[in-house]
Amino acid sequence: MNARSTIWQQVCRVDDIPPLGARRVAREQGIAVAVFRSATDRVFALLDRCPHKGGPLSQGIVFGESVACPLHNWTIALADGQAKAPDVGCAVSFGCKIEDGVVYLDADELAHKGLDVSAPVAGPQAKAGA
Amino acid sequence: MKRMKLVLVGNGMAGVRALEELLKIAPELYDITVFGAEPHPNYNRILLSPVLAGEQTVDQIILNPLSWYAESGITLHTGKKINRIDRTKRLVIADDGTTAEYDRLLLATGSNPFVLPVPGNELQGVIAYRDIADTNTMIDAAATHRHAVVIGGGLLGLEAANGLKQRGMNVTVVHIMPWLMERQLDAVAGKLLQGSLEQRGILFLIGAQTAALLGNEHGRVRAVKFKDGTEVPADLVVMAAGIRPNTELAERAGLYCNRGVVVNDTLQTITDPRIYAVGECAAHRGIAYGLVAPLFEQGKVCATHLAQFGIGRYSGSQTSTKLKVTGIDLFSAGNFMGGEGTEEIVLSDPLGGVYKKLVIQGDKLIGACLYGDTVDGSWYFKLLREGRPIGDLRDRLMFGESNIGDVGHEGHNRAAAMADADEVCGCNGVNKGTICKAIKDKGLFTLEEVRKHTKASASCGSCTGLVEQLLMFTAGGDYSAAPKKKAVCGCTEVSHQELRNTIREHKLLSIADAMKFLEWRTPNGCATCRPAINYYLISTWPKEAKDDPQSRFINERSHANIQKDGTYSVVPRMWGGETTADELRRIADAVDKYKIPTVKVTGGQRIDLLGVKKEDLVNVWRDIGMPSGHAYAKALRTVKTCVGSEWCRFGTQDSTQMGKDLERALWRMYAPHKVKLAVSGCPRNCAEAGIKDVGVIGVDSGWELYVAGNGGIKTEVAQFFVKVKTAAEVLEYAGAFLQLYREEGWYLERTVHYVSRVGMEHVKKKVLDDAANRKLLWQRLQFALDGEPDPWFEHTKAGIDLRQFKPVASDAAHEVSA
Repeated sequence: MNARSTIWQQVCRVDDIPPLGARRVAREQGIAVAVFRSATDRVFALLDRCPHKGGPLSQGIVFGESVACPLHNWTIALADGQAKAPDVGCAVSFGCKIEDGVVYLDADELAHKGLDVSAPVAGPQAKAGA
Repeated sequence: MKRMKLVLVGNGMAGVRALEELLKIAPELYDITVFGAEPHPNYNRILLSPVLAGEQTVDQIILNPLSWYAESGITLHTGKKINRIDRTKRLVIADDGTTAEYDRLLLATGSNPFVLPVPGNELQGVIAYRDIADTNTMIDAAATHRHAVVIGGGLLGLEAANGLKQRGMNVTVVHIMPWLMERQLDAVAGKLLQGSLEQRGILFLIGAQTAALLGNEHGRVRAVKFKDGTEVPADLVVMAAGIRPNTELAERAGLYCNRGVVVNDTLQTITDPRIYAVGECAAHRGIAYGLVAPLFEQGKVCATHLAQFGIGRYSGSQTSTKLKVTGIDLFSAGNFMGGEGTEEIVLSDPLGGVYKKLVIQGDKLIGACLYGDTVDGSWYFKLLREGRPIGDLRDRLMFGESNIGDVGHEGHNRAAAMADADEVCGCNGVNKGTICKAIKDKGLFTLEEVRKHTKASASCGSCTGLVEQLLMFTAGGDYSAAPKKKAVCGCTEVSHQELRNTIREHKLLSIADAMKFLEWRTPNGCATCRPAINYYLISTWPKEAKDDPQSRFINERSHANIQKDGTYSVVPRMWGGETTADELRRIADAVDKYKIPTVKVTGGQRIDLLGVKKEDLVNVWRDIGMPSGHAYAKALRTVKTCVGSEWCRFGTQDSTQMGKDLERALWRMYAPHKVKLAVSGCPRNCAEAGIKDVGVIGVDSGWELYVAGNGGIKTEVAQFFVKVKTAAEVLEYAGAFLQLYREEGWYLERTVHYVSRVGMEHVKKKVLDDAANRKLLWQRLQFALDGEPDPWFEHTKAGIDLRQFKPVASDAAHEVSA
């Protein structure tokens, strides 16, 4: 892969994401990507899946440059996906940038990264799978 | 000031514990250098047995990783044995020539295994059981050889035998005394233990005297020969016939030794006050301790003395014993053998594998030996150490603590029944109060965190179950009691009460204002403080403070309950638990249309639709056309009702109508935590009003109100509050109580904890005794709830960001290069 020519894919405007909030970017395949916006209008992208039990990080409370997973309150750093100690784990992160108020994701990563990770299952489906 | 130099010889549990204690109280006093003969950082020697048995790994038993030494500024020399102490020059010299000067020297050289003076004891395959290297030798031997003989049926020998057996070797234990662990068990318990170990396939030669170890042509041991001439095959011989304090270095330095380096009550050697000794190498009042708890006590006293505090004296320890063989419970303490002038209470159930013996002298318990059921071991140990007269409980003593008085009932577990001063972790001397305080103050939720913060359960691990019970009891579920002054979270020093008061006194109306005024340390708080501040704002200043959805937990932002797979559940409101064919039809249609996988009836008499996709939530709400049940919120959940006088032949009051009226009056009421009500139409109480935040029970002459009940992890029966005559009074009294809770409760504090914090007297004074105040409270609640939107239908008014229900579709976007 050639690092010099990242293809950037436009996903939404910064204003489409609530401050201290997130939006989900649906993908043709795999788990959605969560795009977060901090209070200072920085934007970060992580796979919408907590490294702990797969909780949707896009639904968590955003503070500083972290998000608290809605399932078991792990704190995940938005910049690199690392879980805060004493928890250990890392969410898949995606290249992301803002230009003229528009949010872009690394197109190649969006198409290919984190496709091997499966979504958590619950209910009768989980029992059938067990 | 120039720092003094402290050198520790012996990088084991006792010495390093002393350093840890020292660093806690005087981190700047010394430049510290540590010498260890083994190539490892400090590890938990007690857990070598689980490592041998394959239940843990060496990495898991490291207590202080190399990074700890670096972070603590300690110079560490591993794999270097100190050969000589030059007391004149105050210098220690290692075998490789490394030297270190000291102002204070701490000896923690531990002990050496006692090797039987028999021919052949130098053969290959003959080892002691003392350190990681021995353990690895045994693990390797188990992989390549078949026959193991363990000499010595004491604690260590049996743990080694068990580990080798689990690794697949044929194991024979040779024990010269008449029964196993004779220093810790009486003959009956020793025989029971032998039976259990025999069932695991371990063979025993009791009373056998070892004469020689025989080798093969390669110089490796091949058999053990006994005095009666018999032999057993052996590819591995483990010597576990006792330990001797390692005093070689001290003796060479001219320090007085007598079965250990002799120390005084401040752990200084009696020869040279600059030199301290702790642990298995030290002899204190004639005793060299080999168990971890006394060593840690010594470390603590030694540290305070090194820190120049001069407080604390070590006056010896009482010890108790537990065997770390999975599945075998035994405990002993004190004089368990009894003898002249003592009495014994014995319970023996050989078939059930339970044996308990208590030894009593005069009016006191002086010894205990338990096999098979050791739950009460720590209680007996406590009675023993405290020397408490046991006359009043003598007839029930044998049946354990749970049978004394009332403890053990009403959903309390064993941990709950313990007093704060009761010891939980015998190894590290941590009591229940310390653990619970750490759990509460520091917000600990896992065993690991408790170990890290309190050291409880971090050594031998036999109290792990108890610590877990404490965690569950203290931090689990809805329980969130906090001590008087506890910071809301790490973002501030401010307590919940101070936060509430400030918001009221200074009329703060936004989260940002509150954080600024109270000098929050973080720019926008965290997932703990933001929801709390948001609740305090909207409950204190209804219609004025602006609700911030981004500071609410997802459930209150999306108005549905998040599930483990990221889908949501929908619980429509059914007033008083009553529904109609029409409503059920709409629910059924929505279940079909949106392919909702599970439909379930809740504990609060509602219908739960589980597995709804977030994208479908708004449509499901619309199609069902019923109000939000708020089953996802810190708010009024349901009012559960029985059938009542309308149908029931026993009913004295119309409980269903009362329930509907209460629910219509109180729904959309946010509170510090969830709020559950129930109304029963007669004292048979089919709606289970006795475990609700507010429970109402109809009687012939009116209604009885009960408050502050809880059916959660720790069941709490609601307390009788007041009896009233009319339905209107029920609304006013219940509403006033709940408004008081809304105004005074701390965020995530259930009514039971709120009432126990402020006291029932306070609540009664505000709601019952002061009629004017009651009416004001009720009015304030009605004012707050007036015009509150149903979030499922009035999205804008409820401040719901509808964008959350739609993902951004990346396929609609176009690509650009940069």
